[in-house]
Amino acid sequence: MVEIISSGMYTTIQDEGRFGFSKYGVPQSGAMDKRSYKLANALLDNDPDCAVIEWMLIPPVLKFYEDSIIAITGVQCDPFVDDKKVKCNHQLIIKKGSVLKFKNIIKRVFGYVGIKNGFCKNDVLNSRSQYKNVTDSESLSKGSFISYNKFVDFWTQYSSLKIDDSWWDKGELDVFPGPEYDQLSNNEKELLKTGSFTISTESSRMAISLNEELENDLDSMISVPVLPGTVQLTPSGRLIVLMRDCQTTGGYPRILQLSEEAINIISQKRTNEEVRFSMRSF
Amino acid sequence: MKNYDIKFEYKQYSEKAILIQTYAKVDENLLNLLIFYKKSIEEFYGKVIIEVILTYNSLLILYVSTIENIYDRFFELKSLYSDDFLKESQKKRLWTIPVCYDKNVCPEIISFADRKSMSVDEIISLHTTPLYTIHFIGFLPGFLYLSGLDEKLITPRKSNPSRLVQQGSVAIGGNQTGIYPSDSPGGWHVIGSTPVSFFDVNSDPCCFAKPGDQLKFISINEKVYVDISLNISKDNFQLIPEYL
Repeated sequence: MVEIISSGMYTTIQDEGRFGFSKYGVPQSGAMDKRSYKLANALLDNDPDCAVIEWMLIPPVLKFYEDSIIAITGVQCDPFVDDKKVKCNHQLIIKKGSVLKFKNIIKRVFGYVGIKNGFCKNDVLNSRSQYKNVTDSESLSKGSFISYNKFVDFWTQYSSLKIDDSWWDKGELDVFPGPEYDQLSNNEKELLKTGSFTISTESSRMAISLNEELENDLDSMISVPVLPGTVQLTPSGRLIVLMRDCQTTGGYPRILQLSEEAINIISQKRTNEEVRFSMRSF
Repeated sequence: MKNYDIKFEYKQYSEKAILIQTYAKVDENLLNLLIFYKKSIEEFYGKVIIEVILTYNSLLILYVSTIENIYDRFFELKSLYSDDFLKESQKKRLWTIPVCYDKNVCPEIISFADRKSMSVDEIISLHTTPLYTIHFIGFLPGFLYLSGLDEKLITPRKSNPSRLVQQGSVAIGGNQTGIYPSDSPGGWHVIGSTPVSFFDVNSDPCCFAKPGDQLKFISINEKVYVDISLNISKDNFQLIPEYL
């Protein structure tokens, strides 16, 4: 078991996501930054779909009740196990009673704690990702416990990986034209290609809204399918990048679609950080 | 439907998704055709795809892996379409949803009737008369997109959405009516409440209704509303469809 001593912000259990339930209007969910999520499992030599703990900006404090190994990925920060400074992107030994804390969250937004064989919350619709009205709770609160299996074989492997950190710091996002892209004026298309855009304070697991506005002369629409990474243009001209917990359908023009990699990159951008769109064709 | 010249556009949507889209229209014949097109795609691809998302005029096909040769996929998808879909129809199911329009359960109906310069009874009558068609589920888990609202009930959404619309609220927004399957912020005008649950992860399927089904509302009084709510909490209530 691991106990949530302090909950942090939007601290949730996440895995690859929930696929095949859009027909009931259920979002995909899953780790915001899939690259960091996969890295945590790779460091622990886990199966790729093992569930991790994800948090946003404010880290939780976790107390472990069984021996195991963990790995911390995502944010750049200083983690401490029992007040001893430890490394990110590394296998870490956790003893029964160990407490994990974080200081100095230097860069990026979403942090991940992976554990050997994953945190084993029960599946709901083939996923452990927490989401309102699908799982019992929508996030991890102070005093809650999550199960995991004891693991003591850690002397056999002690891996570390050279991580190329610059990947997350890229400001350029690969995007494809969305279904309504062609309806934009040349001026607006040019702005999308050459302008720089900044992350607004309105960011969550559902969507990231950008500060800069475009002219919007497009007709209103009937509801259409959307996916994580879809960039919608709202009636007021705001650009909204849909993220992992987004609805399955939406009624705003879909002007761009972020690549899988770009979704991971933008998820780690903080308020006022700059991004640019790099237009690609499939 | 014979007179329709249906033209589909095929577009790559993301690294792993293809969008099939036709003119923007809310139309039952189009829905029927899309249901059969979707079925044909699902049968052909099996486990190669995650699922096909259906909306009024679109199918979004989500593939498991990155799409390598888009023109092969377009060709496949086009060949999976048949004009025979126009003639086919699935067995129609009709769901009767009990709704309490009583002002004790739903006080907002009074202000809505005032706004529409109608009596509460007229509102109830206009809302319970049509057979609505379920087009797809989206917005929230278990939220049904219905067509068939009487034109006299069309009402623009609230300019200031309510912070909390309660689960089971039956509401009108623009030319649509719908049921909130869970507590949610919302901008629609609430006119009634149903005790029926539209989404439950513990039942299979999670939502009893599916695209192409029909739905109608039936007015119940406060006592019946309380009784049904009680039976639902005891797991003693099952909604049974009528086959049309």
